[in-house]
Amino acid sequence: MILDFSAILSQWRLLLDGAELTAELAVVTTLTGFLIGTLCAVARRSQSAICVRIAAIYVESIRNTPFLVQIFLVYFGLSSLGFSFSAFTVSVIALTINVGAYTAEIMRAGFDSIHKGQWEAAETLGLTKWQQYWHVALRPAIERVYPSLTSQFILLMLASSVTSQISTEELTATANFIQSETYRPFETFFIVAGIYIALSLMMRLIFWLFGLAIFPRRRRLGTTI
Amino acid sequence: MSIITLSNVQKSFGQNQVLKDVSFSVNKGQVVALIGASGSGKSTALRCIDRLETINGGSIEVCGHHVEDPHIDLRKLRQDVGIVFQSYNLFPHLTIEQNITLGPISVKKMARKEARHLALSVLEQVGLADKADSYPEQLSGGQQQRVAIARSLAMKPKVMLFDEVTSALDPKLTGEVLRVIERLAGSGMTMVMVTHEMNFARRIADKVIFMHHGKVHESGTVDILKHPATEELQEFISNDL
Amino acid sequence: MMDFPLNFAHLQFLLEGTLWTIVLSLMAFGGGGFVGFLIALGRITPLRPVRFLVTGWVQLVQGTPLLIIMFMVYFGLPGLGFSISPLLAAGVSLTIYASAYLGEIWRGCIQSVPRSQWEAAECLALSRTQRMFKVILPQAVKLATPPTVGFSVQIIKNTSLASVVGFVELTRAGQLINNSIFEPFIIYLIVAAIYFCLCFPVSALSRRLERGASEKKASQSASAVPQIN
Repeated sequence: MILDFSAILSQWRLLLDGAELTAELAVVTTLTGFLIGTLCAVARRSQSAICVRIAAIYVESIRNTPFLVQIFLVYFGLSSLGFSFSAFTVSVIALTINVGAYTAEIMRAGFDSIHKGQWEAAETLGLTKWQQYWHVALRPAIERVYPSLTSQFILLMLASSVTSQISTEELTATANFIQSETYRPFETFFIVAGIYIALSLMMRLIFWLFGLAIFPRRRRLGTTI
Repeated sequence: MSIITLSNVQKSFGQNQVLKDVSFSVNKGQVVALIGASGSGKSTALRCIDRLETINGGSIEVCGHHVEDPHIDLRKLRQDVGIVFQSYNLFPHLTIEQNITLGPISVKKMARKEARHLALSVLEQVGLADKADSYPEQLSGGQQQRVAIARSLAMKPKVMLFDEVTSALDPKLTGEVLRVIERLAGSGMTMVMVTHEMNFARRIADKVIFMHHGKVHESGTVDILKHPATEELQEFISNDL
Repeated sequence: MMDFPLNFAHLQFLLEGTLWTIVLSLMAFGGGGFVGFLIALGRITPLRPVRFLVTGWVQLVQGTPLLIIMFMVYFGLPGLGFSISPLLAAGVSLTIYASAYLGEIWRGCIQSVPRSQWEAAECLALSRTQRMFKVILPQAVKLATPPTVGFSVQIIKNTSLASVVGFVELTRAGQLINNSIFEPFIIYLIVAAIYFCLCFPVSALSRRLERGASEKKASQSASAVPQIN
């Protein structure tokens, strides 16, 4: 059995396009997912019982159903409402809804880890609840759960492979296309797996650099909060 | 003229009634020491003044605000009242200067430059102007507590509350904090201190309030510490040797 | 008022799919558990080359989407000369996936057993194997139960990807029904509800176990463990 990688590597342009779309999905949904997740975490900690209930239902529904089914629901749901979005847009929406729920749990743990005295000090200075979250709780919370957040968003990038099932032309869809053309499935998926791993490493590096930028205290003093 | 008035205040945590019937008042410019054993309710009473705890009965008036009113504008109340905690509660991810400018910028909408000047001037007041760019963890406990005091002062409050601010400090470090508080008292600030530092209270307090089992048991000038009228205060002072 | 589009035969078909989802989950858990245990041991063995290889393998599997692993097994193995059914392909893929994650979870738990326990066992002159099986593992199992139960929810959800290689579990059953009656939203809503009924009790159990465990030790909430799908 001879393995022939050259047939795949000659398609490097296609692979690059696919990887680029995967990266785009990852970047966009990391940002939107983090936003939704953080707002949801705030909602779960709010005084309003309705907010807490709605947020809990959202999180539990997502965490107990498969992403593949979620993306089908978003895809068919949106089209039955009359929208015709691109596969990319639908993927972004579905991925955001999904990662938002998991991020909400992580950020909730982060906010819960902030000592009560910090909240009281901020409150007695006259800061509103939103100001307390933004100025006092947010950065320390992120710092505390940064490793979990990083892992979560890398998993998000890997999960984007499922969007190939609604014809998003990201890396997995590209892999399927190439293997159907070259009849070399093993080599194709082997190389594509390698590209995903490379993307994971790149994300890890970017998150590490980002961490240096937003945690000046840790950068200067080298200590953890 | 009374600037803080507690009338028949009651407060329970679940089944436990911590404040049974607390009434006292503080005049403008007065320095009041709130003393008592653990569990007497003194910290709770102090925290109620700044609405960190809500009361179950009675009323509290602070600088014209009715604290027990559920519709009270808390931000206005908190601008008039400054509170310093036992565990300082400085924000670890912000520099000392940022800790102090946060309130003025976010609440009073002060411009950044002006806030910076203000921060440096209150840091001068507490003797830490050179630490503006440090982070809280780089400072000693006493220095952190002085920064906490500066942070509250930056909001230009009418009243300052101190909740056992030296109890968490090494004995060596309490002196620097007490000196700052003494200077503040001398400048005419209205202050209520919950404290175990009896000697300090004797030196600077205009009024001493002794709490016992959730009630004001005895109050008066510092003379009551020398000549206590009640047995409980007598016992408290003698235990304090 | 719309008629409910699914008839009894459809619901039966979905239930059959659900059964296969459960079967596949058990296969993945069993296979993944067995191999995962070996991986956990391989990650802590004093033999350097073994440790290196096993660590590399785990990183490889954890850095690859499960869908790619499935495609690799289902399409790739025939390319190398083996023929494989969808069920077997799905089972093998999920085993590979589960073993890597379970191996990591269990390795963490073994290493969480306090050093003093290892030393005490050594001082009792127990051999390395005896130490492992009689002292360390029983304690590690207790630590491992909450996250393992939590991960089984992941396994159940990930069986849905077997639909992509044609295995008729719950999601594929839904797809097939949709091909005949074209009511995708309702169908997938029901499919989602069935998954929820399978997963939610297990999630709740995992949370309860974890709360019990944290009464003994303050630790980061396991529900905040990163997961997707």
